[in-house]
Amino acid sequence: MQLLFTILLDGLVYASYLFIVAAGLTIIFGVMKILNVAHGGFYAWGAYTAAYFIGSASEMGFPDWFGFLIIAGSALAVGIVLGLLIERIVLRRLYDHEEILIVLATFGVFLILEDLILLIFGVNPYFAYQPMVALGSVEMGGIFRDVYSLTLFGVALLVAAGSWWMLTRTRWGKLITAVIHDREMALIVGINVRRLFVVTFCAGAVLGALGGAYIAPTVSVAPGFAVDVIVLSFAVVVIGGMGSIPGALIGALLVGLLRALAVHKLPELELFVIFLVMSAVLIVRPEGLFAPAKARKI
Amino acid sequence: MKPNLLKLACVFGLAASTALNALPAAAKEEFKVGIVTFLSGPAAGPFGVPGHQGAELVIEAINAGELPAPYNTPGFAGARLAPIFVDEAGGNTKQVAEYRNLVQKQGVDAVIGYISSGSCLSVAPVAEELKTLTIIPVCGSPRLFEEGGKEYVFRTTGHAVGDGVAAALYVRDKFGDAPAYTGINQNYAWGQDSYKFFDLAMETINPDTKASDNPQFPKLFAGQFGTEISTLSLDKAPLVHSSFWDGDMEAFVLQANVRGFFRQKTFISTLGASAVDRLGKGFPEGVVMGTRGEYGLLVRDMDTPLNRWFVDHYKEKYGEYPLGPSYQYAQSILALKIAMDKAAEAVGGFPGQAQVIDALTGLEWDSFGGRISMTLGGGHQAVHPVGYGITGWNKDSGEPVATDVVFYPANCIMPPEGQSGIEWLEAGMPGASC
Repeated sequence: MQLLFTILLDGLVYASYLFIVAAGLTIIFGVMKILNVAHGGFYAWGAYTAAYFIGSASEMGFPDWFGFLIIAGSALAVGIVLGLLIERIVLRRLYDHEEILIVLATFGVFLILEDLILLIFGVNPYFAYQPMVALGSVEMGGIFRDVYSLTLFGVALLVAAGSWWMLTRTRWGKLITAVIHDREMALIVGINVRRLFVVTFCAGAVLGALGGAYIAPTVSVAPGFAVDVIVLSFAVVVIGGMGSIPGALIGALLVGLLRALAVHKLPELELFVIFLVMSAVLIVRPEGLFAPAKARKI
Repeated sequence: MKPNLLKLACVFGLAASTALNALPAAAKEEFKVGIVTFLSGPAAGPFGVPGHQGAELVIEAINAGELPAPYNTPGFAGARLAPIFVDEAGGNTKQVAEYRNLVQKQGVDAVIGYISSGSCLSVAPVAEELKTLTIIPVCGSPRLFEEGGKEYVFRTTGHAVGDGVAAALYVRDKFGDAPAYTGINQNYAWGQDSYKFFDLAMETINPDTKASDNPQFPKLFAGQFGTEISTLSLDKAPLVHSSFWDGDMEAFVLQANVRGFFRQKTFISTLGASAVDRLGKGFPEGVVMGTRGEYGLLVRDMDTPLNRWFVDHYKEKYGEYPLGPSYQYAQSILALKIAMDKAAEAVGGFPGQAQVIDALTGLEWDSFGGRISMTLGGGHQAVHPVGYGITGWNKDSGEPVATDVVFYPANCIMPPEGQSGIEWLEAGMPGASC
């Protein structure tokens, strides 16, 4: 029972992490049909910005809870600034080109973002553990858990609920749904698709940066640490169905829980489990578990 | 008559070639050396940059003749060393291409470098093919010399077998009554080999301490270890072995520390000492820490002229203490100087590569941390004592310290010549004099 509880909790925490990093990727793909490889760059920039300012704030004697404001601020600032710049400078010129070309362009942007990090922050790692230490630990199921990683669960729920509310309960959401369903028809009825693209890309970038900023206190923020995130979030998004928020949620839960089970009972499988799930889903349902329905054009 | 002429020609040829081999090469003002270390990626901060700094400091000092005696003659056999620094990041294929580029296009006289086992195992055969002197300062895989002898490749530091055996000996001496052990190591050759060596050494040295059936092997650079920390916490084994060495070490320590992991378990880290300085007060006390030799944290206070010079000058130049890789890179540079000076003295002029190789084979010298002997791998593989200590915090100086430091001699922790690490450990470490 203790083991089952631990597996469940570990799985949920890891799934929350996966969902937060994958949500931005799936939103951008859903609306813009762009597989945004630069997502890893947003993640890294979010993490570096948060780590840098949390470290500085700690040195200047700010209280540890201030770190949470920095995390939110870093995610917003990085997402909006980088999102706007990349959309304006790179993507806007490529919307009429083939998808593969846009993927390559976002890959180029990712490399530039990585090199800019090396240029600005150098190669030494940054630490921002103050918010994690401030929250301390709590005993659950016979072992100690850090409260900070349990809050990941709350952040993931907030992102999921926020995206759901935004897409189904707001005017912007309805416009976005119209674009997802049929871009040409949306254009014909007068929806400003270009403006929606800017908003969507920035929202996706903010989510990517939030993933990095929130994870920063738990890791050594070092060059190249975001490469893995692209692969992980891509796998989760493929499992759930590209462009689907509920799909990313289910995909993250599936992978998170199965990975926790593997680590506890069959550690040899840990490395492989995410790709095992991905392969199984692709065989049974190649479009992913929750791919949005597509209207067939005649 | 003809056969005799042929014989004569052969004898003459042999004599001429021997004589030529013993003759000094044309004197050089500059000796070009490619220095390869991680300058980007997750291994740059904890390993690559300290290695680069250690190399740079010692090259500048040797070129200027400013090392303490007996190494205070300027240059390498009188020549100034001109380093070409190359980034080790990018994978094994890239490293092989970079190596060829260094030798064939840039015309370096020697190469010093490689931290990752993957890189050194990939590059070594190419070094043999291109017949270029290559000194490896850090890479820890014992396979380097177990998979055939090398003529041009040297390693001036010990390898992972010594890390594992010394850790098992430290457990015997300090935690002899521990009932069981487990481990968390990265899921690639380095992590798996390291745990295997420790596991086998424990079987021989501490047969009453049982191995857990659930050691953890997370993915390299996984970054998130929450589930693994839970698994290790639920495991009854009080000892946890780890060969984490890069950003993963720092991430694991941050995540485990806040969960009180280090108060419940004795964590044995074979190579994670970089994290001690980086995290400062954030690093837990009571961790068993190794540095693969007389390097870094474990010898910080060792009062020999060479060590004092190295620690003081390093701290003055870079504003931080030298770490294990700083010592190891500096040591390789020093080995090259000693071998070149020795070869120059033997030939009475600037030595050729063959003469430097002869001088380096089986060399023994006093390095910054201690004495190094090239006794294994046909005189190409160094041995030296390997030790462990326990991390602590000095409130007065506001710096991390290591207490209870114990070093184990090389003939107790390394396999004998001609036997692989695994064979030796599986046979119960025959001939080890501990």
